[in-house]
Amino acid sequence: MRTGIVVFPGTWSDRDCAHALGDVLEEPCRFVDHRDRQLDDLDLVILPGGFSYGDYLRCGAIARFAPVMESVARFADRGGLVLGICNGFQVLQEARMLPGALLRNVSCEFRCEWVSLRVEQSASAFTAECRPGQVLRIPISHGEGNFYADPVTLERLESNGRVVFRYCAADGRVTDEANPNGSMANIAGIMNARGNVLGMMPHPERACEALLGSSDGLAIFRSAIRALQGVPA
Amino acid sequence: MIYRAAVFVTLKPVVNDPQGLTIHRGLRSLGFDSVQEVRSGKYLVLTLEEPDDRSARARVDEMAREVLANAVIEDYRVEVEAIGEPAASGELRA
Repeated sequence: MRTGIVVFPGTWSDRDCAHALGDVLEEPCRFVDHRDRQLDDLDLVILPGGFSYGDYLRCGAIARFAPVMESVARFADRGGLVLGICNGFQVLQEARMLPGALLRNVSCEFRCEWVSLRVEQSASAFTAECRPGQVLRIPISHGEGNFYADPVTLERLESNGRVVFRYCAADGRVTDEANPNGSMANIAGIMNARGNVLGMMPHPERACEALLGSSDGLAIFRSAIRALQGVPA
Repeated sequence: MIYRAAVFVTLKPVVNDPQGLTIHRGLRSLGFDSVQEVRSGKYLVLTLEEPDDRSARARVDEMAREVLANAVIEDYRVEVEAIGEPAASGELRA
């Protein structure tokens, strides 16, 4: 699986993604400059976390106009896998490649901590290595991760199985206490209708080695590798 | 003509506003008991040169719609006023 990791000015998790894919999983990957348009050699494009262009106006508002984003949209239209993590999720929403928006955390605080995620959809290209209902330990690191969608959109996401991850307690129960940012229905990650674009606030690339607290994030990258090899889930 | 445009970007009424809620709690804790609600937003002032009122308004509206506000969660309102003729150098003449 050849992965491209998009780097906007202000992106901060690109090196972590490269470490997870290149060093830990030993998969080929390269950085993609925000001005580049050529993604033809890639199977997976990651929009990593950070503060693209400083996010002064609104998270992801400027990044969606970057030259690379036109190519990312075409890449997704052709069925390529796109994973937006944290700021990358915000960028995908601003680009209207995923629905809804991410508001300021209800606490108005930046939250940087380990959370538990329940896998709600294990039949996706990004979660086929997970059991339904499996609880993953993955860290979050954001000030604007409070998922919002209008009622019609939310209902469509829920009924079509497009809610991929929910914040939960360690035992898998979805509770208000386990919701770190006020997200509607504890939503931590969603995918598009086709299932090839996933946006999630938690950082799987920072949970790829037991030494660093958890290797649960590997399941997401390994699922993508398996999906690209065409191995049935 | 030089125009000054005010763009008010606010969260839609149905969208939760954590900053507004926090400011509301702060005001009440300071004794401003009469405050029933606080909604926060952005206030942007743009100075631009356009041939006429209509094009100034259309241009600012386009910027607000495409960039300054996110229609999924925000509304915007635009006020435009002419503030002077451009000088030959492009500097604003008082």
